[in-house]
Amino acid sequence: MPSEKRGTRTPHRTRDLVIGAVLATAGLGLAVFGWSTSLLVLAGKAALVLAGLVLVHQGVSRVLQALRGRRTDLIFIVSVVWLVGLILLALLAPLLPLGEHSDVATTLLEPANMAPRLLTDHPLGTSSQGLDLLSRSLHGARTSLMISLMAVTIGTLVGGSIGVVAGYFRHGVDSVVGVFTNALLAVPPLILLIALSTVLDPSLRNMALALSLLTIPSMVRLARANTIAFAQREFVMAARLMGASRFRVMLRELVPNVILPVVSMAIVMISALIVAEASLSFLGLGIQQPDPTWGNMIAEGEGGAMEDYPHIVLVPGAFLFLTVFSFNLLGEKAQKRWDTRSAKL
Amino acid sequence: MRRIAWRAGELLGVLFIVSFGVFMLVTLMPGDPAVAILGEGHPPAEYEALRHELGLNDPLLIRYWDWLSSAATGDLGRSLVPPQSDVSDRILGALPVSVQLAVMGLLIALVLAVPLAMWSAAHAGGAVDRMISAGMFATLSVPSFLAGLLLIMIFANGLGWFPRAQWVRIGEDPVGNLHHALLPAIVIALMELALFTRILRNDLIVTLKEDYILAARAKGMPPWRILVTDALRPSSFSLVTLMGISLGRLVGSTVIVEYLFALPGMGSMIVTASGQGDFPLVQGAVLVIALVYVVVNAGIDLSYGYLDPRTRRVHA
Repeated sequence: MPSEKRGTRTPHRTRDLVIGAVLATAGLGLAVFGWSTSLLVLAGKAALVLAGLVLVHQGVSRVLQALRGRRTDLIFIVSVVWLVGLILLALLAPLLPLGEHSDVATTLLEPANMAPRLLTDHPLGTSSQGLDLLSRSLHGARTSLMISLMAVTIGTLVGGSIGVVAGYFRHGVDSVVGVFTNALLAVPPLILLIALSTVLDPSLRNMALALSLLTIPSMVRLARANTIAFAQREFVMAARLMGASRFRVMLRELVPNVILPVVSMAIVMISALIVAEASLSFLGLGIQQPDPTWGNMIAEGEGGAMEDYPHIVLVPGAFLFLTVFSFNLLGEKAQKRWDTRSAKL
Repeated sequence: MRRIAWRAGELLGVLFIVSFGVFMLVTLMPGDPAVAILGEGHPPAEYEALRHELGLNDPLLIRYWDWLSSAATGDLGRSLVPPQSDVSDRILGALPVSVQLAVMGLLIALVLAVPLAMWSAAHAGGAVDRMISAGMFATLSVPSFLAGLLLIMIFANGLGWFPRAQWVRIGEDPVGNLHHALLPAIVIALMELALFTRILRNDLIVTLKEDYILAARAKGMPPWRILVTDALRPSSFSLVTLMGISLGRLVGSTVIVEYLFALPGMGSMIVTASGQGDFPLVQGAVLVIALVYVVVNAGIDLSYGYLDPRTRRVHA
């Protein structure tokens, strides 16, 4: 944020350190107390944990400011760490010594609906069928991330190239592309997904293809608008005068410029796609049990289980929230940097 | 006028493509639809009869034309799942519930977003503003089904303020209807609230730096009056655009909320129908939703040109 003081080394360094440390410890204490106390109803606990986390954030920021002499965007760092950690763990999930994530037959002897207890075999608790929630959440992350990344890659490549072509040639091509993108946009995203899931098997590949359809129209529009803007610039004119073919102009002159806003849009879209996939699975129309995704794990909490065992919803819910939040933050930063025009909307 | 005619033509084209896409859904279905509907192990004559009834033996374009022309007269066929009710009747019964929820959600979001954004913009950079901004950014990352479950957990089950999983028709009991619709509408409103507040706050901050605001201030007008009478209107244009863009998400969260609260709207209907492979019902519902959506969007587009004179001449 521009209004904040930068680079000023605070004169009260020790004081800040002490206050920060005290705040962070108090916040941590409050959060842990809120998490573990049995005196309060869930809403009170949640409020305490939240207040505690805010305090921790304030405290750690203060300590960091005192140590480094400038403001640090702590939440951004935490988001990046979360995403990197999650992706690594999701990639390695089959190799890690985790509990069972899908085969109910092997968990007959495991405790069911166990609440999270950090230092046990099931640090995040178990589901109603005794499946390990940490393991399920990480395998769910594999599915979720894989589907969303595949979808966004397909969408970016297809939508981006259509957009560049439409923006460069204009006229007839542009009108046809315009009507088709409008037609795709004429069906609300979730409705389109539900309609497709009526007739398609909910396999990984089909989900990724269906989700990529959601990204194509906005990618086309963004790429087209940027192409039109860049196509009028001098360097494109120069390339054309030097005899470059249309294909070469698009590939060598336009694409490298259009790609930055498109990629930042893609990062923002990943979070929307993760939400879309989770929503579909939550509705029972996406990835089916016993294969875990965050959406169908959260759906397990419906119909009474959630009242007695809130962790069944809260654990996958927290994974989903943190991931979506991190991608949103990352995408927003990227857009601010590379795509000043659409960052506003 | 020319612009409106042009838009209408484009709209028709779009609807034509959408209807064709919706129609083509059936052909995407792997295998024989007749087998998928009846299940296996029936005598071949039964499959043949059903295929004939569904018109599956005719060429594709003829089937499309039959389907579209009867859809235009309001006949969307029959549901495949017993009691095989008329698709149009089902949709007419469900649509008011969804529209009510969506409109209530939108209104709640607007009513809360405007004062929140004004407060935030007037105290930009302050502690409250930063808390509101952070809270709104976090809210954007909570998918509506998760928000719905959490609110149910806290308000319906924990505190017992709201009933769950019931719907009272507004004609029967308006107060009961509002009571039952409130929590679902709040869930729908959350995401929109966050977006509206963010965008309106940012626009207000820009507007508040304009010279005429300074002039009003110098004249000694009270700050709240400047905000309400001078700053709000010029700042609300991107909000109106945003409402058009967020309509799709609004439909999505209405679907989820109806499913979550077991409300008898279009959303629950289409989710159930999709799960059962009841494609006439899905096709009809998607077609109607797309129609409403496209028309409302076009309306917003036109009203935008009406609200802001600067955009009237520009061909978007």
